[in-house]
Amino acid sequence: MKRLFAFAAAALVVATGANAHASDWSDTLAEAEGQTVYWNAWGGDDRINAYIDWTAERVEERHGVEVVHVKLGDTAEAVSRVLAEKQAGREEGGSVDLIWINGENFAAMKRQNLLHGPWVEDLPNFAYVDVDGKPTTTVDFTVPTDGLEAPWGMAQMVFMYETANVQDPPGSMHDLLAWAKANPGRFTYPQPPDFLGTTFLKQALIELTPDGSVLQKPVEEADFEAASAPLWPYLDELHPVMWRSGRVFPQNGPGQRRLLADNEIDFAVSFHPAEASGAIADGELPPTIRTFVLDGGTIGNTHFVAIPYNASSKAGAKVLANFLMSPEAQARKQDPEHWGDFTVLDVAELPPEAKQRFAAIDYGVATLTPEELGQPLLEPHPSWMERIELEWARRYAAGQ
Amino acid sequence: MSGLDATQQASRPGLLRRLAARLRARASAGAGLGFAPRLTLLLLLGPVAAGLIGTALPAFGYLPALGGEGFTLAPWRAFLEAPGVSRAIVISFTTGVLASAVSLAIVVLFCAAWHGTRVFSALQRLLSPLLSLPHATVAFGLAFLIAPSGWLMRLVSPWATGLERPPDLIVVNDPAGLALVAGLVVKEVPFLLLMTLAALGQAEAAERRTVARSLGYGPMTAWLKGVLPVVYPQVRLPVFAVLAFSMSVVDVALILGPSTPPTLAVQLVKWFHDPDLARRFVASAGAVVQLGLVVAAIALWWLVERAVARLGRLWIVSGRRGRGDLWLRLLAAGTVVLSFGSALFGLLGMAVWSLAGFWRYPDALPGSWTLANWARHADEIATPAVNTLTIGLAAAAVAAVLAVACLEHEAQSGRRAGARALWLLYLPLLIPQIAFLFGAQVLLVTLRLDGWWLAVAWSHLVFVLPYVFLSLSDPYRSWDDRYARSARCLGASWWRMFWRVKLPMLLRPILIAAAVGFAVSAGLYLPTLFAGAGRTPTLLTEAISLSAGGDRRIIGIYAILQLVTPFIAFALALITPAFVYRHRRGMQVTR
Repeated sequence: MKRLFAFAAAALVVATGANAHASDWSDTLAEAEGQTVYWNAWGGDDRINAYIDWTAERVEERHGVEVVHVKLGDTAEAVSRVLAEKQAGREEGGSVDLIWINGENFAAMKRQNLLHGPWVEDLPNFAYVDVDGKPTTTVDFTVPTDGLEAPWGMAQMVFMYETANVQDPPGSMHDLLAWAKANPGRFTYPQPPDFLGTTFLKQALIELTPDGSVLQKPVEEADFEAASAPLWPYLDELHPVMWRSGRVFPQNGPGQRRLLADNEIDFAVSFHPAEASGAIADGELPPTIRTFVLDGGTIGNTHFVAIPYNASSKAGAKVLANFLMSPEAQARKQDPEHWGDFTVLDVAELPPEAKQRFAAIDYGVATLTPEELGQPLLEPHPSWMERIELEWARRYAAGQ
Repeated sequence: MSGLDATQQASRPGLLRRLAARLRARASAGAGLGFAPRLTLLLLLGPVAAGLIGTALPAFGYLPALGGEGFTLAPWRAFLEAPGVSRAIVISFTTGVLASAVSLAIVVLFCAAWHGTRVFSALQRLLSPLLSLPHATVAFGLAFLIAPSGWLMRLVSPWATGLERPPDLIVVNDPAGLALVAGLVVKEVPFLLLMTLAALGQAEAAERRTVARSLGYGPMTAWLKGVLPVVYPQVRLPVFAVLAFSMSVVDVALILGPSTPPTLAVQLVKWFHDPDLARRFVASAGAVVQLGLVVAAIALWWLVERAVARLGRLWIVSGRRGRGDLWLRLLAAGTVVLSFGSALFGLLGMAVWSLAGFWRYPDALPGSWTLANWARHADEIATPAVNTLTIGLAAAAVAAVLAVACLEHEAQSGRRAGARALWLLYLPLLIPQIAFLFGAQVLLVTLRLDGWWLAVAWSHLVFVLPYVFLSLSDPYRSWDDRYARSARCLGASWWRMFWRVKLPMLLRPILIAAAVGFAVSAGLYLPTLFAGAGRTPTLLTEAISLSAGGDRRIIGIYAILQLVTPFIAFALALITPAFVYRHRRGMQVTR
């Protein structure tokens, strides 16, 4: 692997023709050695945790950077910690060095100047990122990343379903409602504000709203009532025929996956197209599970890592972020055996040995091909999410 | 203060004279432990008081660090307007009161029906393992046991129920919070039972009952009329602690409680961690409400207590003998067996999960067995396990030293801590954790101590100390003082007497009290979360972060580890004295 790194660095030097970059990077590497990086990342999925542990070991043995995975129940916890530190006047020596982040959390941190950078384009491996083919690697939920967060993985919403109980998966939200009515108690979604639950709501909103283009603008500039008007009657119809009559919800994606494994429900929302294959290989889901996307496409986005402005180990965090973007780490991440999260790199442009890593991946029985997945739909502006979550809580989680 | 009280001291002017008096007092008493009770209370109540203030000020808009410079009622308006908040308050109140009432009723009926019998001592043996289990572990086990796709349904499906698919019934996370009540009852029954046992030891229970029996009262009636009125005042504080805990618990409520909306405490934790910092003001207002809720519940309980006592007196003087109580005795035994059984059976379920391959409803047992789960997660377990051990040991050790110092001071000065001191000791257990932990966290952040191992250990000490003190005080106070006098008469200094005679003889109860403290520490969730800033994960916090959805096989691993760590502590507490004194017959445990 060392050779690939040397190669990557060399390629960058040739490509940019700027020695300054390479020397900056070797400065960063030197500074990073011996640092401890507190990486605040959602810790609710043990397969992802195992992958994070693997990256931590690699970075430690190669660059002498110790990585500690601070497992979060919700990314917002880390954001609020940085905010609290800023308010308490802790301008350096902060407790968070790297955050796994995207969407509304990124928008909030960027808006309040809580992020270090720009630094992302200085990373040697950024040269491989497919900025043109995957526009979401530089625009996060309609907000430009401006080099403040490094793309880490591509996600697209898919539905996992139990083929033993569902012969013909629904092609649209309306079909889904019809199916749920015919099979009461067998569908549910994670409770918003869990991001998968909110993604389900956004997917429904995109399909149901009269004019989808308003979703790309901040909600303040649009008529929220009019745009969301069709969503609530839809949910009012759906909830009574859902699992537990829509009175209890799984708390997150893995919770919903467990219900699918327990044969309590027949569908589960997922943001990793290869999650089902991986879970089948692990013995967590039965081999009869498959995945599908809606006919009109599903929401896709990119997730990132960002460094808070007061991080204690910025250099170490950059070294880690650079490794996360490396073909080696990205290929392992795309492998359903380890995670099954699609790469942010342009595989076609990679050096041959790196390309080979991706070619060797076995995507498993339940993973759709990129063609079947289709072009992902764009995320709405993050401000929509907040409004929808609030309105949802008011209507369905306030008790009667 | 050894032998001198503060007023006396103040009346004598002059530093030198005061010093002399103090030295004289020290020489006569021996160790100069007068500082111990005050230091203990400072360590215990300091963080609580600072935390309460630190929570109350933001509730009224004052928290300069977040831009709140003046006082305002805006947080209260925002709190009252938040969706689901009134429902959350009601749920917290009803589940907490119901869980406490049911637990107490079970314990009282069981003691009345079976105290002094073989059934009683058999179930008593299960107490220690159940007590050492963290609440969350019990909740995990129970959740898997009673879910519609859980173990009980798997055992009887489909051959008995005909259900190839799990029924669509709301059991766990039900909006009314009944599953939460069940989870709390299962854990509080052993605690209250232990507290009642301690009280029974001091109440001449057997004699009282014998007298009542000889007057022709039925066994249960004899106990309820003759023993309960003496015992209840002694378990009142533990009952209040159970009440406060049940109303404000977070970890159990996350696992078993409702989510549409959740209980108030769960909602508050979510707000405290919201990226929108303005929510912290709202959460602080909510924390004050939570405190008021607990105070109101304790007041209500006290009123009901008085009413029950009045009715009870009428019932006692009515002279009814109540002989036909067999069905009630069976019911009492049944509820305890059910409660103990579901805890142990649930734990067994978790153990099975930790070794399971693929295991789906309706299979009664996993299709395949494997050690791979353990192998795969061995690495990630290491850090939380080390944190659990070191924090628990530190908190337990400090608590044990402080408790011994206080009790020794008490023994020397001859003045026993009164009822007020007991209330102070119980205070950290009576105040909802959420009401002062946020304020304490603000303090820690300001002092830049948050996330430090030491900060977590201290926050644990606040909760560990009361339990250590309570479990040590009885054996310590009943130690025969004539040993000390004999040693002193033989010319031994106080220290020598303490090290060579008293400490060795009390080693076992001290270690057991420390083990109790360790078990308490291993089960603490909110203090670890708030003081640890996410940097000191323990086995418990890791398990909770997986609870909402993680693979049951890993939760099973954590559950087993949470069972094993306190168990090791108790085992060490029993084995160490036996080993150290293996050559001294007089120091062997004879019971």
